[in-house]
Amino acid sequence: MTQEYTLGCGAPDQDTALPLSVRSGDEPVPGAYVRLLDATGEFTAEVVTSAGGQFRFFAAPGNWTLRALSRAGNGDATVSAERGLNQVAVTVTAA
Amino acid sequence: MSRDSVLVSADWAEKNLDTPGVVFVEVDEDTSAYDNGHIPGAVKLDWKKDLQDPVRRDFVNKEQFEALLSGRGIGNDDTVILYGGNNNWFAAYAYWYFKLYGRRDVKLLDGGRKKWELDARTLVKDPVSRPATSYTAGEQDRSIRAYRDEVVAAIGTQNLVDVRSPDEYAGRLLAPAHLPQEQAQRAGHIPTAISVPWSKAANEDGTFKSDDELRELYSAAGLDDGKDTIAYCRIGERSSHTWFALHELLGQARVKNYDGSWTEYGSLVGVPVALGDTPGEA
Repeated sequence: MTQEYTLGCGAPDQDTALPLSVRSGDEPVPGAYVRLLDATGEFTAEVVTSAGGQFRFFAAPGNWTLRALSRAGNGDATVSAERGLNQVAVTVTAA
Repeated sequence: MSRDSVLVSADWAEKNLDTPGVVFVEVDEDTSAYDNGHIPGAVKLDWKKDLQDPVRRDFVNKEQFEALLSGRGIGNDDTVILYGGNNNWFAAYAYWYFKLYGRRDVKLLDGGRKKWELDARTLVKDPVSRPATSYTAGEQDRSIRAYRDEVVAAIGTQNLVDVRSPDEYAGRLLAPAHLPQEQAQRAGHIPTAISVPWSKAANEDGTFKSDDELRELYSAAGLDDGKDTIAYCRIGERSSHTWFALHELLGQARVKNYDGSWTEYGSLVGVPVALGDTPGEA
């Protein structure tokens, strides 16, 4: 199951989607807390990854940072989202 | 106020799971979290079903609160440890709610569910039932709850702290995206309110920042120690988190949570509203 949420005011902007996966090496990481930070680094939302280490959010075009915390370690990724699908992979590594 | 009297660490919690007189209570916005795994022995509270009047927009009354806690097996002599998801937002809300009804011995689990999970500590699915008690609550302590008229009167005279995200403050968004969309009629913020998003009071693992960091945060944002303070967000849960930081951790005496928050204020007829990233004029 892929978790989904929508970022936006009023009608969801479903044209800008960010399917995400969190991995440690080749393994998906379920139960990771993934925080969405805006271009200024401010907290915007947080979700927990599904059993397959995935989730998806719908956001506005722009620059976002994804910060993942998990039992397997932490990691982050940045994305310049455009309209359409913006695949993002976050790799976590033990500190 | 000492931090130890209002917060417990995950280590302390783990060592006291079986301590008689210690009751763990999970409070969530999404109560399926509890059903999929909770701290051993913890009972659950649903912030909406259990803590809100089903008809009017208000809290359950004293007798209903007493019946709720009695039914969950929480006694007056127990030490209540609250925790939950969403970085403890709803647990902090319940904490404030317990205080509103005169509870003295209640604490938050620092880091809540998130830290507990990230630490790979034990979660179980076992149903929990505790023998019923006969809980006695106090009358509502109005010194920690703000109503709309005093919020309007506070514009330009008291500290107003808006703890929502910058986009909600500025009027670009009405609600955080990942939560149910209880919404006001108008976007923006209460004029003269400073913006200090709740998240700045927490570390990324969900624990609260140190007292020194918190003091620096609010003083840099322009909070005037000499004035009373009212914190608000959208429905009063994130502002409970900030109320906890200001009133319980920093020991500021006169801090209220405005549980009507933006969903009430932003729907009032005739009140001033500010747009944009600055507080605006009274």
